[in-house]
Amino acid sequence: MKFEGTESYVATCDLTLAVNAAIALQRPLLIKGEPGTGKTLLAEEVARALNMPLFQWHIKSTTKAQQGLYEYDAVSRLRDSQLGDPRVEDISHYIGHGVLWQAFECDEPSVVLIDEIDKADIEFPNDLLRELDRMEFHCYELHRTIKAKHRPLIIITSNNEKELPDAFLRRCFFHYIKFPDKETMQRIVGVHFPVLKHDLLKEALEVFFDLREVPGLKKKPSTSELIDWLKLLLAEDIPPEALRAKEAKDAIPPLHGALLKNEQDVHLFERLAFMAHRKS
Amino acid sequence: MLVDFFLHLKARQLPVSTNELLALLEALQARLVSGSLDDFYLLARALLVKDEALYDRFDRAFGEYFKGIEALPGFDAMVPEEWLELAARRHLSEADRARLQKLGYEKVFEQLKERLAEQKERHAGGNKWIGTAGTSPFGHGGYNPEGVRIGGESVGNRTAIKVWEQREFRNLDDSLELGVRNIKVALRRLRRFARQGAATELDLDGTIAGTARNGGWLDLQLRPERHNAIKVLLFLDIGGSMDDHIQACEELFSAARAELKHLEHFYFHNCVYEGVWKDNRRRHGEKLSTWDVIHTYGPDYKLVFVGDASMSPYEVARPGGSVEHWNEEAGAVWLERLLNTWSRAVWLNPLPEAHWGYTPSITMIRQLLGERMFPLTIDGLERAMRSLAK
Repeated sequence: MKFEGTESYVATCDLTLAVNAAIALQRPLLIKGEPGTGKTLLAEEVARALNMPLFQWHIKSTTKAQQGLYEYDAVSRLRDSQLGDPRVEDISHYIGHGVLWQAFECDEPSVVLIDEIDKADIEFPNDLLRELDRMEFHCYELHRTIKAKHRPLIIITSNNEKELPDAFLRRCFFHYIKFPDKETMQRIVGVHFPVLKHDLLKEALEVFFDLREVPGLKKKPSTSELIDWLKLLLAEDIPPEALRAKEAKDAIPPLHGALLKNEQDVHLFERLAFMAHRKS
Repeated sequence: MLVDFFLHLKARQLPVSTNELLALLEALQARLVSGSLDDFYLLARALLVKDEALYDRFDRAFGEYFKGIEALPGFDAMVPEEWLELAARRHLSEADRARLQKLGYEKVFEQLKERLAEQKERHAGGNKWIGTAGTSPFGHGGYNPEGVRIGGESVGNRTAIKVWEQREFRNLDDSLELGVRNIKVALRRLRRFARQGAATELDLDGTIAGTARNGGWLDLQLRPERHNAIKVLLFLDIGGSMDDHIQACEELFSAARAELKHLEHFYFHNCVYEGVWKDNRRRHGEKLSTWDVIHTYGPDYKLVFVGDASMSPYEVARPGGSVEHWNEEAGAVWLERLLNTWSRAVWLNPLPEAHWGYTPSITMIRQLLGERMFPLTIDGLERAMRSLAK
């Protein structure tokens, strides 16, 4: 069982190695990287490539570790008891299974995505230490220990908003998806737009990497934004010459709204373009 | 052999643990990688390093350890490229290598700076100037045990060896730069949650207790949501010597605005006197009396000054010392008034901590604040927030 990337996802060799190490040694894999470099997508693609079911757990600032295991719905039970519903006798009716419970009880090996773990409270990763290490937890209401039938492959993504505790990191493998270089980017674009005209792609990539070099941008455009932009360029049928017109008066790339997401950045860029134009 | 490698990483201050070494051995036993050093590098990095900020340190440590195997050059610096066009490689005998003196890194860098200042033209061969294929510690394609590799194409193929040599994660190292995001994380230390406002959240424990008291009839209890209740007054020094620190202050300000709900900001120049202002463009028209500020905000506010505190000592100590106007009372008097009103206060200084001792006014203000001055770095910010939260 080896992950090699898929026809719709370009994985560099260091990334596949990290994924395969996590599969072989059955440890969680922590993925970091700039926004838009395909962290979340990785779990979906791994699950698809290896033909395993995927369980997704998207973390918010209010998410508690317990919610990934199970939740006891006291309010419905209270209501049922008031209405005299016979279901109230059995507490298991009111235990809602969380993502990890579902994955642990799954009959085949599965992939679990814990997305944006840094969004949650600082203590969140610590509350999952034992669960991720032993792949088991205890349900107090049922007096029962839930143990994983097959250790799932756990992929965790983080945007670095909070530092993760050391004890947690020690248990994970780690990979930082760095921003793709030009060659990798060409492969990525090729996967998404197999029939893109060669010269359009060349010009577009040039504009894109130039744009990333502009100093002082608040948010640099990422891979996913490049893909969106190319989609727009295709939909509007922009000729490659329009992108090449760098020296000409319209030095701002067409449809730049897809690349720059911040009015300060657009403003800065317009000013730079204006100055470049005045110089020439 | 791997134990030595492990201890070497430890000695280079990479936080690695025994568990991770065992995982690495397990991975090797499972034949995850073939014998190539590149694959081993990637595997070791994924298993041992858990933070991209440490990638650079790992690259260097890895390079050092495996130097004997691959004879890696040192690291990059910025030098005009035309000097470095690859000339013929000079082959050195063992005796030649031994003769080359080993310079310490600091000394090498110092010399590099001097040479850069002196050297104006391209240079190849020889043993002093920066250029290609020589035995000077600078340039590339040559040999020196402590050499500084400058530019040059990665020779032929793009192997992972080149990755740790290029040190492309250098920018991520230690994040000395403050980013808005880093500042936000540091500011979160200030959070103090309190329940205030409209009761909109179901209080489950309260409901159960209430229902029990009610003899089994449902008694719903609601409570207000939790909010960050911290209140901050931010005083920013603006203009003059602070122009060098505009970006850091901008980032701090935008992070604070996003993170803190109750934030009031005021500008001053060099030192606080009887007037402050809220909009720097209209600083002369719309001055607020500092007395008004003192009377408006309650003692539960926390006080944060941002400024380099670098000025003439008279601006702090004497009436009339201000560079901009005639002040009736000395800056120190006003600072003390503010500090008496809000006892929780810190001063953030964008200048490096090591330089503070050279400016008398910094020492004076530090004393006024009771040593609660911190540098405007992530570490300093965390210390400041801890001091405020006490």
